[in-house]
Amino acid sequence: MDFELDEEQQALREAARGLLRKRYADFETRRGTVADAPGFDRDTWSKMAEMGLLGLPFTEDDGGMGAGPVEVAVVAEEIGRVIAPEPFLTSVVLTGGLVAAVGTTEQRAELLGGLASGESLVALAHAEPGARWVSTAAGVRAEEADGGWRLTGVKEPVPQGAEADVLVVSAALPDGGTGLFTLAGDDDGVTRSGYRAPDGSRAARITFDGAVATPLGEAGQDQATAIAAAHDGARVAAAQQAVGAMQVALETTAGYLNSREQFGVPLKRFQALTFRAADLYVAVELARSLALWAAMVQADPGTSAEERSTAAARAWAQASKAGRLVGQEAIQLHGGIGMTAEYSVGSYTAHLTTLDHLLGDARHHLGRLAASVGDHAEVDPLG
Amino acid sequence: MRLQLSEEDEAFRAELRTFFTTEVDEGVRATVRDRGELTKEQIVETHRTLNAAGLAVPHWPVEWGGKDWSPLRRHLWHEEMQRACVPPPLAFNASMIGPVIATFGSQEQKERFLPPTANVDIFWSQGFSEPGAGSDLASLRTAAVRDGDDWIVNGQKTWTTLGQWGDWIFTLVRTNPDVKKQAGISMLLIDMRSPGVEVRPIELIDGGHEVNEVWFTDVRVPGENLVGDVDSGWTQAKFLLGNERVGVAPVGATKRVLAQAKEWAAATRSGDGTLLDDPHVAVRIAELENELMALELTALRVVANSADGKPHPASSVLKLRGTELQQAVSELVVDVAGPGALAFGTGDADSDLPVWARRSTPTYLNLRKASIYGGSNEVQRQIIAGTILGL
Ligand SMILES: Cc1cc2nc3c(=O)[nH]c(=O)nc-3n(C[C@H](O)[C@H](O)[C@H](O)COP(=O)(O)OP(=O)(O)OC[C@H]3O[C@@H](n4cnc5c(N)ncnc54)[C@H](O)[C@@H]3O)c2cc1C
Repeated sequence: MDFELDEEQQALREAARGLLRKRYADFETRRGTVADAPGFDRDTWSKMAEMGLLGLPFTEDDGGMGAGPVEVAVVAEEIGRVIAPEPFLTSVVLTGGLVAAVGTTEQRAELLGGLASGESLVALAHAEPGARWVSTAAGVRAEEADGGWRLTGVKEPVPQGAEADVLVVSAALPDGGTGLFTLAGDDDGVTRSGYRAPDGSRAARITFDGAVATPLGEAGQDQATAIAAAHDGARVAAAQQAVGAMQVALETTAGYLNSREQFGVPLKRFQALTFRAADLYVAVELARSLALWAAMVQADPGTSAEERSTAAARAWAQASKAGRLVGQEAIQLHGGIGMTAEYSVGSYTAHLTTLDHLLGDARHHLGRLAASVGDHAEVDPLG
Repeated sequence: MRLQLSEEDEAFRAELRTFFTTEVDEGVRATVRDRGELTKEQIVETHRTLNAAGLAVPHWPVEWGGKDWSPLRRHLWHEEMQRACVPPPLAFNASMIGPVIATFGSQEQKERFLPPTANVDIFWSQGFSEPGAGSDLASLRTAAVRDGDDWIVNGQKTWTTLGQWGDWIFTLVRTNPDVKKQAGISMLLIDMRSPGVEVRPIELIDGGHEVNEVWFTDVRVPGENLVGDVDSGWTQAKFLLGNERVGVAPVGATKRVLAQAKEWAAATRSGDGTLLDDPHVAVRIAELENELMALELTALRVVANSADGKPHPASSVLKLRGTELQQAVSELVVDVAGPGALAFGTGDADSDLPVWARRSTPTYLNLRKASIYGGSNEVQRQIIAGTILGL
């Protein structure tokens, strides 16, 4: 086991950090960016494409860079550090990951190629009102008609749903199972209503009213397993993104305890506060370890699908818990200033909270893990 | 010791329950139930409805509209109000400046200010905190300098809740820079329409506008607006903050939200059942219910022991634990909303997700404030450690 990044990975981190810092070093820029449609910066998105970040995990044949989960985690951490609103996690890792897993050769070339070049934004329309992080669809149904497929029902919340050029939609199949389909965001029979998520990113309700759609991959195939696996892949990246956000929230908080004075002394003189900052450090480091480990598990060709899935649940359960603690305490240790939209730290909390409910919170994943505690004697990260 | 309410107190409670659920505007109560934002008009109208029935300022002296209720009755009043989703009387008026003027004000000030304060004909704001003076309030720098009978005020207040609606602001100002910092502070009442007063909005992380900066540039304030003696403001500030501490433990409202959270959980599919069947969720709710019960009983015990009018030392427990539980319940609601917590509660957005779910994250984020204002929870711990435990 080796936690060190190799030279190429380090270079990737420096490049991603440089690009994102250039844009978002001044927090006011992020605030301004999320205030207006589309909620992220198209220019930064293009630059990410030029750097190869948007095609990072896809094969070269599919128009990508042929990198893996560790490289994705490296970039996700940098996104998290500046809470960049660019939809790397949902569009590239989650939706792209699913297309890469189940799409036909032509579909992969077209959708992933468009995604990697920054020309077309893809979004996964999977969540349904009332459903909780399941890998199946029930509210949107697919029907075969005139030799094609039509979708009917509601998806919500769909990250970047109103902005996406291409939608990948999960739908209940006539004979059972959950299929995947693609169609253009502005196709007939698709009605989109977008809004801001609490962290300034965008989500939408999408209503399908007999919209004509193309099966992604083999028609009529149950894709629930692939949907679950893509979400697990995204969870690992999300864990690293959360670690990046927590790290900076913690640094910001430590900086504030150093500089803010009350009662004639800097706040750092109050051990009641500094010890809590120390606890945050503990939480971040533990979350980081599990997130890095989970990325290694994803990247290792020798691990089973089940091991990868369990690792994702572990990483996110830890990141979720740590994210709450860091988010809450970062504001508290700042006092009133932490509550404002103008100062960065509160937005980190908003982002961590939003991320926490995107892919299932700690409780959800601990429930997954709890179901199988009887299956093993002890847990061993080295396998 | 006795468990049951007396027959009279039982009847008192029933009467209040009827009043709150039938006389207060249903639209206002629905907004509170849905965790929405109240308009200024809704706040003022509700307050006036209560005042007309003698229910806005029961804790004031009787001659200014108070009721001379037992501490238990006051508690019942507060709880029933929250249970019925009735927004409590405007705190700046009813709990903060009203009691201060009634206790420290001159007869002229009482006659001039107390009736309109009880009825929110004056909408008050609280101008205590400054950018450099938060927990260390006594280090405040906004200065008032004598000019004949008047005072000239210069400086800046911040975090002024609902200052955009304020008619008047009660402030702490420095009137003597040359003595120990607590000894050079006075309390001034300032008409916010005075020339030189400027209110600037501060946006919070939930996107809302509820706090402001208030700037004072050569604002002329008549000498008669000074409450109590010159340089005695710290005494009044401590009195007010002591009341604020007791007033901000919203046990009843937290209980109500928890009850709602159970309904929402029961209506949410999870696995083969509902979220309420999920043992992890159920245990968490049971724990919160137990904690809330312990807190409510402590509140009852503490009010019963504060008959001399001074806050019981354990009242810091109420603020500290009350806000923690308020926050914990808001966190539970976000978790019940689950993926629905991603949808923001912008009122006009088309959404199939319930309103409570869309408001869950902004409310959770907004309530982080509860452990910061009214004396932060660290300050409460300091009071417990210092005043009670002698540490
Ligand atoms: C939403 C909101 C509404 C408000 N409304 C009003 C209002 O209407 N009027 C008004 O006057 N004020 C208002 N306040 C201000 C509030 O009272 C202050 O925020 C509070 O006093 C804390 O001050 P601060 O924000 O400057 O934090 P600081 O005092 O700088 O504290 C920062 C952190 O350090 C901790 N800390 C400070 N000193 C110590 C110590 N000695 N030991 C241990 N920990 C310590 C604090 O608890 C906090 O965690 C409001 C605040 C908020 C957030």
